[in-house]
Amino acid sequence: MAEALPSIRGHLGVFQLANADFKIVYMGYAGGREPFGLKSAIETARLRCTSAVYLRYEITSSYQTRYRELLMLYQASHGKLPQDNSPMRLGRLSPAS
Amino acid sequence: MNLELTQEQSLIVAMVRRFVREEILPLELNLDPDGDELAPEDQARLIEKTKAMGLYGLDIPPEYGGPDIDLVTRTLLAVEMAQHRAGLYAPCYGTFGGAGLAQLFEATDNQKERYLYPTLRGEKRGFFGLSEPSGGSDPARAIQTKAVQDGSDWVINGSKLWISGADRADFGLVFARTSPDKGRGGVTCFIVDTDTPGFHVRRVVHTLRSAHYATELQFEDMRIPGANILGEVNKGFAIANDRLTRQRIPYAAGCIGVAIKAQEMALDYVPQRETFGAPLASRQSIQWMLVDNDIDIKQSLWITLEAASKASQGLGFRKEAAMAKLVATEAGGRVVDRCMQMFGGLGVAKDLPFERWYREMRIRRIGEGPSEVQRHVIARELLGSSLR
Repeated sequence: MAEALPSIRGHLGVFQLANADFKIVYMGYAGGREPFGLKSAIETARLRCTSAVYLRYEITSSYQTRYRELLMLYQASHGKLPQDNSPMRLGRLSPAS
Repeated sequence: MNLELTQEQSLIVAMVRRFVREEILPLELNLDPDGDELAPEDQARLIEKTKAMGLYGLDIPPEYGGPDIDLVTRTLLAVEMAQHRAGLYAPCYGTFGGAGLAQLFEATDNQKERYLYPTLRGEKRGFFGLSEPSGGSDPARAIQTKAVQDGSDWVINGSKLWISGADRADFGLVFARTSPDKGRGGVTCFIVDTDTPGFHVRRVVHTLRSAHYATELQFEDMRIPGANILGEVNKGFAIANDRLTRQRIPYAAGCIGVAIKAQEMALDYVPQRETFGAPLASRQSIQWMLVDNDIDIKQSLWITLEAASKASQGLGFRKEAAMAKLVATEAGGRVVDRCMQMFGGLGVAKDLPFERWYREMRIRRIGEGPSEVQRHVIARELLGSSLR
């Protein structure tokens, strides 16, 4: 992740952090008030999620709905949110397998 | 003809205007620019305020505990409540409450106990499931979801698209075809619990509204008791149609509110902003944009208030509601577009609300029946039986 960070720019978007076992530990988004978009949002999240090793992100202006969608999909398959995400009100999805 | 507000209307409008400016706008400074929810503690605090104002549950009939407010005043309030960044789709972030699904006021006593009263108490949420992948503008013919009677139950199979809030709802109104050959006379409305086996929220549908998604639903052999039919078998289309007509008035009012706020911001800005040694306000091109905005706003407001007035008096208002929806959504888009132009680069930045309004206002020409359908409704009313 450390190598990827310098190349990330200030776009709006969503991201996932994973631990050394490729398990997602946190999902976040870079919204319109984030000073440097994905770059600063990921840097902040990385400090909070000490087990995070890997990163993947998606540039999107629909960051709010995409963020909730990713959390709902995770919840649908794991029955809970990623370990470093705080509880929040979410809908229920039952995606076709 | 007196077009002035009554003293009571003026007082209530002023109270809501103050609420928006003193309570909502300051909170928005710290919210995500695309956000549509307040922090739970702010939400609870403001709901207490609207209750103290006697304005909570504006759309709930007085016999069910709502404030006794006529539809014209309600429309004026809807115009006020939309005058903030999230105001088009989340007026005052829901702190004035809602009626839930108004169709439930016509439900049986048993249905009211199970669905209406818990909704009014804020314990349950519902969704409205009409549109399908096969179309939303002509629901009477487009509905392909089928319900087949099996003993005292009905078994529903099919899908719905563009449905708001189904993933968080406890129940919903689902319209299904119960008589294949009867067109609009073959549709029935079912009250469906979302924990019923066979009910699935298959996916999120992203739109221009980046804080709110629609959903796609699928029903697989979903068994619903006959006691959950709302109204009568094959009479569901009237329930849907009544809702569609009534919904056009507040839908128009929200667009007018946003247009008024955008114009107010432009009127503040153009005298201050200088280009080539003179304020923007001195340029004829800018003045004409402001004039066109004012005409658009006034025209939309009066057409919408006329629709509200007719509905309030129990007169036919289908044509007027369609006109209000058509005129206000199109005018709102033009006003926001002109204001963006006047603000230049700032107009398209997330620092100001114009870019959000621009995206959301575009949806308004399609949602709740596109402009073309409204014109069709108006033409049908004008031509009556001579229209084939």
